[in-house]
Amino acid sequence: MSALSTFTLILEGLLAGAGITIAVTLASLLLSVSLGFLLALVRQFAKSPMLHALIDAYCEVMRNIPALTHLFILYFGLASLGLRLSSITAAILGLGLIGGAVTCDLFRAGFAALPKGQREAALAVGLTPLQAISDILTPQAMRIALPSLGNYAVQLLKDTSIVSAIAAPEIMFYARSMVTSSFQTTLIYTTVAVLYLAISLPLMQAIRMLEARYGRVKT
Amino acid sequence: MNPLLSVTGLTKSYGAVEVLKGIDFDVAPGEKIALIGPSGSGKSTCLRCLNFLEKPSAGEVRLDGERIGVRHDRPMNDRQLAPQRAEMGMVFQLFNLWPHLSVTENVAIAARKVRGLPAKEARELALEMLAKVHMTHRADASPLELSGGQQQRVAIARALAQKPKLMLFDEPTSALDPELVHEVLKVMEELALEGRTMIIVTHEIAFARDIADRVLFLDGGRIVEEGPARELILTPREPRTQAFLRQIRH
Ligand SMILES: Nc1ncnc2c1ncn2[C@@H]1O[C@H](COP(=O)(O)OP(=O)(O)OP(=O)(O)O)[C@@H](O)[C@H]1O
Ligand SMILES: [Mg+2]
Repeated sequence: MSALSTFTLILEGLLAGAGITIAVTLASLLLSVSLGFLLALVRQFAKSPMLHALIDAYCEVMRNIPALTHLFILYFGLASLGLRLSSITAAILGLGLIGGAVTCDLFRAGFAALPKGQREAALAVGLTPLQAISDILTPQAMRIALPSLGNYAVQLLKDTSIVSAIAAPEIMFYARSMVTSSFQTTLIYTTVAVLYLAISLPLMQAIRMLEARYGRVKT
Repeated sequence: MNPLLSVTGLTKSYGAVEVLKGIDFDVAPGEKIALIGPSGSGKSTCLRCLNFLEKPSAGEVRLDGERIGVRHDRPMNDRQLAPQRAEMGMVFQLFNLWPHLSVTENVAIAARKVRGLPAKEARELALEMLAKVHMTHRADASPLELSGGQQQRVAIARALAQKPKLMLFDEPTSALDPELVHEVLKVMEELALEGRTMIIVTHEIAFARDIADRVLFLDGGRIVEEGPARELILTPREPRTQAFLRQIRH
């Protein structure tokens, strides 16, 4: 077999996984950003100490246990209790639930960075507390959080490689199975690296465009 | 004539520290009140208790006879307070414009969200208010592009757009570079001439003397002396007022 056709075969095999990698990244990004934003809102604005404690506990637990352990609990642990998730569902859920804790902190930092006067001025003109949050505080907090959310998204893309451990058929999963059958270790993993770059660079670019559009306040 | 605003027995404590120790005063419709006093005397706290940005510990605030912040003997929450706050325009020392919104949106948003005006009418109202503060030419700018004096004038327009019964100013010029103070005072003077009811916390004694009808001198959480503006400023009776005015003049 020619070197070129070997490479074509490898690339085809890996591309099959690339779709899953992208899908898992986007789905878990959506889940983690929605969950994190919700948690941040409650943590920042609800007055119940009980809810605060619950959210803090959630974030601590998520942050202090390895991602792989979470995935194994969701995939193998739940299965032994009779709840069988597909590997892709478990991957999205696992990365999304962990990501919720990460993005919760990012959003909270965004809200915390706003001067007290922003909310006071909103209340003073007669906006309700909810309107103050939705129209005055959230848009500003989002802008502040956007760059770190971008970094998180790229990190998440890279982290999807660990879900091959629960047999989710993404890039690394295909790479490993091809290595065991063809022994083209260097070529395969180099192609993997290029593939990740090919996904993360446009992702970075998209985030930069978002930042340019919303991140900096126009001058 | 019934007072527009009536404050009785207003007290505010932070923990064990009593910052306001029983404030009483009335404001007639159209009256201009200057609130002066040394730093830490409780001027800002007093002003912020009027629209309940600070919750008074005791006492009563009534606007047009309506009790502010209390309904059926129960304290109101921020959502319930919103319509009452909308009746009072407040201008802050640090402007507190919203940087993610344009100048016009800063002025229009309350009209849309609080009074439910359609976007077009809210915008027209905003432009009208911006004209009053001579800021029409920067209607589409971001607040971040403006000088401090311009920002404060936009903040005044934002408060005017509420169509408030009463305007509250908390040291509106003390964060400004000296050369920008005048443009803000001029706008406030124009509002005063329109017959608006205003309470102004200020260190601009000459402005208070010329614009205010009445001056309240606050010290240690109490109104130590009050009287017609010229009289109190030119011939204060209380030794503490005399000392304060002497110090601020030199
Ligand atoms: N949130 C707060 N917690 C505790 N103490 C406060 C708080 N806000 C104000 N104080 C205290 O209350 C007193 C009155 O403060 P206030 O800001 O009303 O004074 P002021 O007359 O406006 O002074 P300045 O001229 O410096 O603005 C001060 O001693 C201040 O330290
Ligand atoms: Mg003050």
